[in-house]
Amino acid sequence: MQYIDPHIHMVSRTTDDYETLAKMGCVAVSEPAFWAGYDRGSVEGFRDYFEQLTEFEPKRAGWYGIQHYTWLCINAKEAENVSLSREVIDMIPEFLDRPGVLGIGEIGLNKNTRNEATVFLEHLELAVRTQSQILIHTPHLEDKYQGTRMILDMLSGDSRIDRTRVLVDHVEEHTVRPVLEEGFWAGMTLYPVSKCTPDRAADMVEMYGPERLLVNSAGDWGPSKPTAVPDFIMAMRKRGHSEALIRQVVYENPLKFFSQSANFEFQVAK
Amino acid sequence: MNRADRSAQQVLEAEVLNLRAKLLEVAAGLDRIDRGAEPLADAGTMETFRGAIETLLRPGPNRAERIQLLFSRAYEDSWRENMEV
Ligand SMILES: [Zn+2]
Repeated sequence: MQYIDPHIHMVSRTTDDYETLAKMGCVAVSEPAFWAGYDRGSVEGFRDYFEQLTEFEPKRAGWYGIQHYTWLCINAKEAENVSLSREVIDMIPEFLDRPGVLGIGEIGLNKNTRNEATVFLEHLELAVRTQSQILIHTPHLEDKYQGTRMILDMLSGDSRIDRTRVLVDHVEEHTVRPVLEEGFWAGMTLYPVSKCTPDRAADMVEMYGPERLLVNSAGDWGPSKPTAVPDFIMAMRKRGHSEALIRQVVYENPLKFFSQSANFEFQVAK
Repeated sequence: MNRADRSAQQVLEAEVLNLRAKLLEVAAGLDRIDRGAEPLADAGTMETFRGAIETLLRPGPNRAERIQLLFSRAYEDSWRENMEV
């Protein structure tokens, strides 16, 4: 089955992974900017990273017939450096009109601090000003519930934000309901230990229906599995779900969400 | 709602080995902690696990959601005033 992985950090993966994804049916990926495992020291470090995301990575994906899209921001883990965050936010518009840039992301919270909230709100301001779509990271483990509620408060507190153009990612059983009820898109991340398993993601599709739900691998440099979306497809098939339902979640939903971005020019595979 | 057309019995049959294995993992993991040399420094985590195990014994359907909340830091809706953002 053809599918799209709406959240995967391919700069941290090998070219062999692109080949494997292509063999598994992956036709497109979207790659949010994230933390490199260390704090980048300057705005120039981010400029180089955005250059890689918008120039080289689409090329590398293209070698295997995969379409590559991206999102730009400074990650919440680096938000404690508010002055650097502001320099990066000021620089992002240089890249927003490039082909394949879908919007601002993955912004969000990490430890739910005041500085993180400040930098999150300034990213929202940038997104509103540039009419960009937004992709949001919700925190890990014990911080997720509190952080997700804080994020929803900030989004709902700004009437200029079009909720149908915002994806709140890494939802789990305790956060998926408020995200969907408030009209946002919700992403389920399939990780080996934390976040969701393919079966728990399938449970949430059964409980909430497929509307505005996405499934991703969030493959990165840490423990993660870039082929997790095919695992979800398999879990759904084992339960007897229709191909049409599965395809809606792994292909049509990401297309529908991304199509709201001016730089999303998707080529349907023949 | 999009539910696969499966009876509870069919679901149980599909899950039995999986759930059996996971219950044994939990039991063996707790035994492993008990066999540790020193007494536990952090009793709070075990208390949370006890709450999670008790949740398993209560009726569904949202046991996973309730356990997730048990593992979560509390949210206060006055956070914006408190943090002044
Ligand atoms: Zn990510």
